[in-house]
Amino acid sequence: MGKTIAQKIFESHLVDKPFGDEVNVLRLDAVFCHEITTPIAINDLVARGKDRVFDPSKIKAVIDHVTPAKDSKTAEQGKILRDWARRNGIKDFFDIGRNGVCHAIFPEKGFVRPGYTVIMGDSHTCTHGAFGAFAAGVGSTDLEVGILKGVCTFKEPSTIKFVLNGTLKEGVYAKDLILFLIKELTVNGATNMVMEFTGPVIDAMTMESRMTLCNMAIEAGGTCGICYPDQVTVDYLWPFIQDDFATKEAALAEYSKWKSDADAEYAEVRTYDVSELEPMVTFGYKPDQVKPVREMQGTPVQQIYIGSCTNGRIEDLRIAAGILKGKKISDNVRGIVSPATPKIFSQALEEGIIKIFQDAGFCVTNPTCGACLGMSNGVLASGEACASTTNRNFNGRMGKGGTVHLMSPASAAAAAITGEITNSPLYKA
Amino acid sequence: MKTFSGKVLFLDRSDINTDEIIPAKYLTEITKEALKPYLLEDLELPGFNPTKDISGKAAVITRANFGCGSSREHAPWALEVNDINVVIAENFARIFRQNMYNCGMMAIELDADIIDGLFKNYAGKDCSLEVNLDTRNITISTDGKQEVISFKIADFDECLVRAGGWVEYADKNY
Repeated sequence: MGKTIAQKIFESHLVDKPFGDEVNVLRLDAVFCHEITTPIAINDLVARGKDRVFDPSKIKAVIDHVTPAKDSKTAEQGKILRDWARRNGIKDFFDIGRNGVCHAIFPEKGFVRPGYTVIMGDSHTCTHGAFGAFAAGVGSTDLEVGILKGVCTFKEPSTIKFVLNGTLKEGVYAKDLILFLIKELTVNGATNMVMEFTGPVIDAMTMESRMTLCNMAIEAGGTCGICYPDQVTVDYLWPFIQDDFATKEAALAEYSKWKSDADAEYAEVRTYDVSELEPMVTFGYKPDQVKPVREMQGTPVQQIYIGSCTNGRIEDLRIAAGILKGKKISDNVRGIVSPATPKIFSQALEEGIIKIFQDAGFCVTNPTCGACLGMSNGVLASGEACASTTNRNFNGRMGKGGTVHLMSPASAAAAAITGEITNSPLYKA
Repeated sequence: MKTFSGKVLFLDRSDINTDEIIPAKYLTEITKEALKPYLLEDLELPGFNPTKDISGKAAVITRANFGCGSSREHAPWALEVNDINVVIAENFARIFRQNMYNCGMMAIELDADIIDGLFKNYAGKDCSLEVNLDTRNITISTDGKQEVISFKIADFDECLVRAGGWVEYADKNY
């Protein structure tokens, strides 16, 4: 019997099976940290007299959730992370001015490679599976042990395989596809499962789109989204791996081992032709409450938010700017765009994208997670609705009493112009 | 080992997420104790009043996919500082379930029809339960009524509960 990519990664990182097949203790290639879930782990390590890290070169840390600090408490969280990174020799620590949303900046720096195991105290860590890695969100205790020992436990990686055939229409994106798949699965449909995305639709996707797709695996309960590494992966990583390989072909040959065998065993295989997929949007308070934008057309919104670990990358800003160019946002909405990293911000400046957003009437903020989880930089008032490129529409997520409609950057840009949920002009039905 | 017995809080809904268990705005706290007043603050459930209904409870019985969403361990911590160390449900989101055992708490899964029976027979009443890890039984009782329900727990999870959590276990073994 063949193996899935997740099973191959597990086998190559197995440290211990203390209770047979019940649980795998895996060696970690990277432990990512941010200032919300790490400080309590740090304080606990200090209290136990174990203020050390298993390997400072494998730990990466960023302040991203509330930055700049908004009050004394968030300043203290930043300080705990900053001081800890310094005293433990963690060189890859990103503070304000150099910081970005964790799941955008860490891949951008080349910290994720095919075949890696990655954990972070953040549920959207599943994003990094786009590189053919096993990457999973964990709580602060798993993070603490990861920092101290470089290991983490996982059950056997049961996998749902998605075969995605056809071609996405113009104006339909990875975000629309993952919203559709979450609707199909429900919010509990992939719990304890790896979601493996394959097929011509994935082959044709950029790394940015694959990250958008894998990012929302957790919204169906998935442990990790995962795509096979290919030429697109190698091209993206090339600046970071060119010293390790003589040629791109050699890199591709090496990375190609991280792929499921043809006779691998799956919990389920789901095959879809997505050629007729339309732009999708959420209603209600669960990410599986999804409809075509067409059916929600005309629903008023008060805020537009373009950013986050789901859709704050350069590709997303380009798509939104393509719709906003030469236009003004509705007087009935306020628009906020947060490029997810300083590099993306600089690229957007150079390409004239920032000017398009500003001329349209958007506020451009620094890179931060803030608004997505209602912590800062765009909290909703009660009764307000936001057209948002983020990943969660939970009750009160962006502010108590507020509603979030998840959608693609194209749909969010269209909503900004009309002040209501609207199919993007790029969409060709 | 923590205490797994006392009065029961029934939450009759599936997919209760960690934002509802503890809203993100309280994640700026850096002590567990500070989370105590905010448990389930944003949960909108007919008949549920967080300021009245949580006090004095030691266990939660709920439906499916409890703890979905964010990885925040603040969710089990908010339960823990309110002296609730056990949640019983049809199933749990992966990270929440792991966080519970990592803290030496219990996330017990029972079949949907058993959970349904518990809601029918005990919800809305003054109800207590006691979890016996040695016999792997839950004794649930209300006025004049008592039943014993057996449950399964993985050996590893039991080790974590007995060790007091994953840090203690991992530090000893790895």
